[in-house]
This record gives sequence, structure tokens and C-alpha cells, in this order.
Amino acid sequence: MFILKILIRNAFRHKLRTLLTILGITVAILAFGLLRTFINAWYGGVEASSASRLVTRSSISLIFHLPLSYKDKIRQVDGVKTVSWGNWFGGIYIDEKNFFANFGVDAKSYLELYPEFILTPEEESAFFRDRKGFVAGQKLTKRFGWKIGDTVTLRGTIYPGNWDFVLRGIYRGRDETIDETQFFFHWDYLNETLKKRGSPRTDMVGWYMVGVTRPDRATEVALAIDNLFKNSIAETLTETEKAFQLSFISMSQTIIMAIELVSFVVIIIIIAVVANTMSMTYRERIGEYAIFKTLGYRGWRIAGMIVGESMVITLIGSFLGIILTFPVAVIVGKMLSNYFPVFNVAEDAIYMDLAASIVIGLFAAIVPTYRSVRIRIADGLRRIG
Amino acid sequence: MGVPLSYSFRNLWTRRLTTILTASGMALVVFVFAAMLMLAQGLQKTLVETGSNDNVVVIRKGSATEVQSGVDRYQASIIETQPEVAIGEDGQFFLAKESVIIISIPKRGTKQENYITIRGIGKSSLALRPQVKLIEGRLPRLGTSELITGRSVAERFEGSGLGETLRFGLRDWKVVGVFDAGNTGFNSEVWVDGDQLMQTFRRYAYSSVIFKLRDPSQFDVVKKRIENDPRLTLEAKRENRYYAEQSEMMSTFLRILGTSLTIIFSLGAIIGAMITMYAAVSTRTSEIGTMRALGFQRKSILSAFLFEALLLGLIGGLIGLFFASFLRFLTVSTMNFQTFSELAFDFTLTFDIAWKSIAFSLIMGFVGGVLPAVRASRMNIIESLRAT
Repeated sequence: MFILKILIRNAFRHKLRTLLTILGITVAILAFGLLRTFINAWYGGVEASSASRLVTRSSISLIFHLPLSYKDKIRQVDGVKTVSWGNWFGGIYIDEKNFFANFGVDAKSYLELYPEFILTPEEESAFFRDRKGFVAGQKLTKRFGWKIGDTVTLRGTIYPGNWDFVLRGIYRGRDETIDETQFFFHWDYLNETLKKRGSPRTDMVGWYMVGVTRPDRATEVALAIDNLFKNSIAETLTETEKAFQLSFISMSQTIIMAIELVSFVVIIIIIAVVANTMSMTYRERIGEYAIFKTLGYRGWRIAGMIVGESMVITLIGSFLGIILTFPVAVIVGKMLSNYFPVFNVAEDAIYMDLAASIVIGLFAAIVPTYRSVRIRIADGLRRIG
Repeated sequence: MGVPLSYSFRNLWTRRLTTILTASGMALVVFVFAAMLMLAQGLQKTLVETGSNDNVVVIRKGSATEVQSGVDRYQASIIETQPEVAIGEDGQFFLAKESVIIISIPKRGTKQENYITIRGIGKSSLALRPQVKLIEGRLPRLGTSELITGRSVAERFEGSGLGETLRFGLRDWKVVGVFDAGNTGFNSEVWVDGDQLMQTFRRYAYSSVIFKLRDPSQFDVVKKRIENDPRLTLEAKRENRYYAEQSEMMSTFLRILGTSLTIIFSLGAIIGAMITMYAAVSTRTSEIGTMRALGFQRKSILSAFLFEALLLGLIGGLIGLFFASFLRFLTVSTMNFQTFSELAFDFTLTFDIAWKSIAFSLIMGFVGGVLPAVRASRMNIIESLRAT
């Protein structure tokens, strides 16, 4: 306790300098925590994915569709419980800036496969009864101020024309990792309208969602499905939902890597700042260290004092930074809600913060510690600071 | 009279460790700042240079990219007969009906699949893009399963180098050539015979029609005619405009990310400079008193310390920019979500970015140094002389 008191007293001998350093560390830890949260948000879809769901898509790439008739064949595969399907619609609401995910799905089986989207029974039956109906996440309806019964028009990019939909249900996520910004409507509405237009793209499905009976059979079932359609015009590629989501992320890996790198740069910057503070402190107290040595204190005691002081300053700063991360993340999350539906501070980010602050404290003390241990008593006493 | 500039120089030199630490903090901030701008600039440059001002891209109304678009044969032939279409040397229309699809193939040495663009070309496609040059092998023969790959695809994707085979659409495609398209998006594409591609994927419609204008100033006329023709549900864009639009989302994203990061980071560096300068002032209290007693004015003391801070910033800025300039040798490839396919581009350093980075570092030095300098200039002569 006594040691801690000395360390704190020492740290605040130069109030302005120490406060500035603490402020710097707070900002750095805050930035580091936010960048970590940002990276986590990028992986948001992966965490929310279930182990018992598979995604079957065309093996060529996602822009190629599969025939609707595959649904019955997939259903016959041993280990398959439910089959649902959907098409990416890519509609634009008023302006391209208002981007959100929208797709047509086979409603009943889709809701069965995704129990994490919670709808009241009334909303559910209202959605099933109305072919033009759609369901949207809570966050999305709040963003545009939609209410149940409102008609929403999307401008199609893949399927030309203006499409009207009626809001029949607002879903909530089971927990906070669930994306509440999706927009889904009846696949039948899309298909029937295309049929009426005489489009050759009818009865084509973007991807199948397959629910398996037991998660440990997922790989086996995926192989069985792909074998079924081998050497056909529309070969399939089946993977777990997690792998499917990860494949999207891996494509933008460069950007994630850049952000990760940058998050370490901020730590290095702050190490330089704290090291600067510590080296000034050291320079001012050379005489004191020499006196300590004269009194018989060993080098490691003096080293402990310097490292300890560095740690005290760093930990105060990072503690403030960690506390601030939470309110700031809420604000940033609101600003970025178009890009990242889920933006929560993860537990890992906090651990990373703590690890980073220990690294800062230790590294910043290296040079002053080395010098103070090496200094000869006579030199130290002779020096005029 | 002002304090000699060498005073500030030698002060920084005397406290080398402190100077290096503070300047390196700033250098890192400037590095991040410059790197982000270079990335956004490189991306934009790549996509702007991809298109030519004389070429027109015609795609289906409402579709943002060629992949989403569809132009059927009847519509394509109407475009072909527009009087503004240039005539090539062989007497044929300077026009290509192209179909574009996206396939996923793994990167070399990994199982990680990435999306790349396959362009089904016509006879005039190459002539329409003079920037595309064959560097290895030969051109594909029309009517065969042969293809050529862009340089950055050939380097990074499995089976896409010269002499290798790519498999898609139940067919094996032989790579007979590699082309370099300079600093453009075509480098991330694979080109095959359009008719073969459409046949393979059971496509009945082209994705886009590209033609060269006989007279570049006639663009508005032809655009108006195409878009008002009731038989066509198409829109026409200048090719460079079309590609620039595709990079908008990502370059905005990079710029916002870069700016907000550097603003936060610069706070750290400014605090570092402030600490250094405050220390410089407090350890030199009696020196300042002496100078004041010698007759230097408050103004001169203020400017001497400000100059020292600016110098500190400049050193940081130059170091940061120096290291950032080496990034030019790096190529970045990532997914462009607007086109849903892979795109490779370089970090690009422009004069604009260089002076912005230096200006930014000077601002950091100034903000960090202004308060300490004011404190130095306000010191009382007697008291500061008394200080030890």
C-alpha cells in the first residue's frame, strides 16, 4: 500500500504533464477499443449463424440461380429436416444511400428455420395471409418510421420496376447479436409477378437454406446434397451458414487487416508519448536515484519505481478509456447502423484493451529503467537537472 | 529582433530522445493519414482510368452494374444502328456486345474463394480499350474455349496463369494469354469469347453494349435518343463515369474511415507534442528570463517556441511521408461490394496528398506548441531569472 502511495505521489508531481499523458492514453485506448469493436461488427453475421443450418448455392457463384425443383430433391436427403429458399432482391428504397438487405423467401419454412426472429402469432398469420406482405426488423422500421399496414415501394435493380409491399410484421431479435435490419417478403410474390411478365427467370432460386436434424451431421449432409447435382447444368455448393458468412468476410479481408494494423499503430503512438513522459521524469530525478543508490537501494528497486509509475499512469488512462468505450460505441453504432446492423462492445475488446495498456506501461518504461539502473552514483549526483 | 532560428534547432538536438519519441508519434499519425488517402486515391484512379471518355456503356435502366443488367439481342441491334457509333478501320461498327458474369475461384495456395469478373467479349472489345495490352501468349480464337486473363488475376488465382486451365460451367478453359491493362480494373478480369460464354451459361441476353462515339461531343444526343426510345429500357453512360460511380461507395468509406482515424490518432500525437513543449519551456525558465533581460520581446520568445514546435511537426511529417511513399510498391486487392467482384489497385501518392500530410503535421505541431509557447512568452523576467 505504501509503495502504491509513493507511486501515485510520484506520478502526480508534475500534474499538467501527467494529466496530459493520461488524457492521451484515454484517447488511445478508446480508439483501440472502438477499432476492435469495429472488427467484431464485421464478423457480426458469423457469430449469429447457427450450426444446424446449411446454405446451398450455385457452385459457379452467387449470381447464378438454382431451379426450384431442387427443393424436393434436397428434402429427400437423409438428415435434412427443413428446406427453405430465397432470392436476393436488391431493391432500393427511394435512394441508394438507404441500403438494407432485402430478399424474397419462402415464408413459412424460413421463419421455422430462423427461430431467432421473433414475431407475435398475429403478425405471423397476417404476414402469411398477405402475399404482398413483408416483415422487417425493428431497427429498420424505426429508421424509416414504418408502421404496420404501411405500403413500401422498392425500386428493383435485378428485377426491374417498382414493387409495392405492405408491412405485416416487425420482428425482434432473440438477443443483441441478431441483425434487426432485414427486410423479407414472399418469394411467391416475386415469382408470380415474373411469371405474369413472361420473364425467363421464373422458378429460379438464389439459394436454399437447409435445416439438418443434428449439427454433427452437417458435413455429411452437405456432401450428399452436392453429389446429388454433380455434372448437371446447375451444380451446387453446400456449406454451413458460418462458412457461407465467412466467405463474404474473407473477400474484404484486406480492409480488415488494414484496420487491425492501424489499431496497433495507435498503441505504438501512445507508447512513444508515455515513453517521452517517463524519460522526462527520469531526467529530472537522476539526482534522486543517485541518492537512493547511496542509501543502499538496489537497482531493481529503482527500476520497480519507474515501471510502477509508468503502470499507474497507463492504468488510470486505460481505465477511463475503457469506461468511455461503452457510451461512445453506442453513438458510433447509431451513426454506422447502415453498414453494421450489430455494433456491440465485445468482452474480447476489453481484454485486448487491458493487454494493450500493460504493454504500453512496460514498453514506455524500458529506456528510463535501463538508464537508471546503469547510472553511477557519482555521475548522478554531479549532474545538474 | 527575433531569436535566431538555430536556437530552436539546437534545442531539439540537445533533447534527442524526447524529440525522436515525439516526432515518431507524429510520424505514425502522418503515415496512417497518408496511407488512407493513398488507398482511396489509388482505388479512384484505377476505376476512373478504366473507362474512356469517348466510349459509351449501355446497360438496362435501373441496374447499377453490368452484372445486374441485361440487354437482349433485339435491343443491342437497335443500339448498333445509332448514327453516332464510330466505324472502325475494317469498316465494322466500333461496338461490342459483351456479357459479364461473376464466378468464384480460389486464390493460389489457399482454398479461399474469391469472386472475379468474366467478360465475354466481341470482336471490337480490344480495340475499344487501347489500354489493354497482351504481355504473354496470344489472343483467344473466337469460337473456342480459350481465354486470356488480366495480370493481377493471373498472378493471384489458381489455374489462371498462361498454359493453365480454368474449369467453370462444365467446361475446361485454356489460358492462352495474359494481358496488362495498366492501372485499370480490367486487370482483375478474365476475357473469353462472348458467344461461348453465353452458350455455356444459357444466357440469352447481353449484359451491356459498349461503343465508341464518332464525335465525343455527341454523347448527349445519343443518350437522349436511347433513353427516350420506347423499344429500349436502357440507359447510356460515358464509360469513365460508369466506372467512377462503381468506386464511389468504397472510396467514400475509405476516406471517412481514414479521416476519422487520423483525427483520433492526432489527438494522441498533439498531446505528445504538448508534453514535450511544456517540458522544454519549464526546463528553460531561467534561459527565457535571460533572453528577456537581454531585450528579446515577448513576441520573439513566442515565435521561437512556436517555430520549435512546428519544426518538430515537420520532422514527424517528413518521416511519416517518407515511409508512406514506400507503400506505392504495394498492390491491394479486395472485394468491391458494388460490383460484387474482386478489384486490385495500388497505393497512389499524389502531390496533393503529400502537401496535405505535411500541412497536417504542421497543424499538429502548432496545436501542440501554441499553449506552451504562450506560457513561455508570458513569463515574468524577475521570477524566471530567479528559478533554478
